[in-house]
Amino acid sequence: MNLNLTLIGQAIAFAVFVWFCMKYVWPPVMQALQERQKKIADGLDAASRATRDLELAQEKAEETLRESKEQAQQILEQANKRANQIVEEARDNARAEGERIIAGARSEIDQEINRAKEELRAQVSLLAVAGAERILESSIDEAKHRELVDKLAAEL
Amino acid sequence: MAGNNMTSTEYIQHHLQNMTFGLHPENGWSMAHSAADAKAMGFWAIHVDTMLWSIGLGVVFLWLFRSVAKRASTGVPTGLQNFVEMMVEFVDNSVRETFHGKSRLIAPLSLTIFCWIFLMNIMDLVPVDFLPMLAQKIGAWFGADPAHVYFKVVPTTDVNATLGMSLSVFALIIFYSIRTKGLSGFVAELTLHPFSTSNKFAQILLIPVNLLLELVTLLAKPVSLALRLFGNLYAGELIFILIAMIGLWQLPLHFPWAVFHILIITLQAFIFMMLTIVYLSMATEEQH
Repeated sequence: MNLNLTLIGQAIAFAVFVWFCMKYVWPPVMQALQERQKKIADGLDAASRATRDLELAQEKAEETLRESKEQAQQILEQANKRANQIVEEARDNARAEGERIIAGARSEIDQEINRAKEELRAQVSLLAVAGAERILESSIDEAKHRELVDKLAAEL
Repeated sequence: MAGNNMTSTEYIQHHLQNMTFGLHPENGWSMAHSAADAKAMGFWAIHVDTMLWSIGLGVVFLWLFRSVAKRASTGVPTGLQNFVEMMVEFVDNSVRETFHGKSRLIAPLSLTIFCWIFLMNIMDLVPVDFLPMLAQKIGAWFGADPAHVYFKVVPTTDVNATLGMSLSVFALIIFYSIRTKGLSGFVAELTLHPFSTSNKFAQILLIPVNLLLELVTLLAKPVSLALRLFGNLYAGELIFILIAMIGLWQLPLHFPWAVFHILIITLQAFIFMMLTIVYLSMATEEQH
């Protein structure tokens, strides 16, 4: 183990290696490491943010769903009410129409009856007069008897 | 074993000898043919194998990490990028926990230390004869005497390699100390602690004592750093060599030691890195 020039040679080699390492090896590797660290941190951040967003979106979706269900319920109720109303109205209308028809028919019948009565009345008086003429075969004061028969017909 | 005509001592010594190229007083600039040759070269010699392996492994480390860094994506990491990022994050966390100042140098420095030392240490797990024998064959190809081709594979078992690193760290300790506290602050730290009084005269008397204590503390840092790593790996390597000498029975022994050594290899790289961070952190703090 002699101490000799190797010592200085080694020191120089060492210095050169350290210099090279400091200049060309350490910075790029370190930079890559730090950038990756930053990227990972950013990624984790983004992931947590996305999770939060997802939760919010889910909540919102649930709320919307609930609202729309309520709305549907409301609409359904309204529709049912309206349908009932329409049915009710139709029933009322039908009843009124029926009553109106019945009333019309009844008044027509009354009119027919009256007309029949009038006709009957007129013919009865004529028949009575004619009957009486035939029975008596004599001249009768037509005016006098007509008055009598008319009175009789009016009482019918 | 590398040749049956060697004694155990020769075998071990052969394995622990670096391939040395240097200025021999007689032969001029040449390869050392023996331990004595290498010794004669003194300071003006260089361990070719240590330099080769350490630089090669350093380049492998940087090439690997650079290839990932170039196409580092912020998407889902795959394969190699995963591994590199794991290492970078591990080192970054260690630095963040220990070093409280702000510095662009500390983290890449620690990464380099950890990975480089780990790679150099892991060469210890290659069976001790493989690469030296390969080197001998190549040496013979070039016309050298195979018995004189020395080849030590693990750079961290060469005290020059560990001391080279720890002295660089030491220089950084001093640099950071002076940058944070100023030259006067640094000197004050060396001279006015741990003994201090409000009496000016007594304080002056205490300066040499403080200086002695603090200098030992300061100098112990790089020395302990270098010798801890060197000692652990050298001892581990020596045991591998001893195991390799016992013939066929080395297989059941080699395996558990190698498994156990994986722990040592990682641990020593980690300790070197952590202590570097701690020392530099101490250097940048105002009070100690």
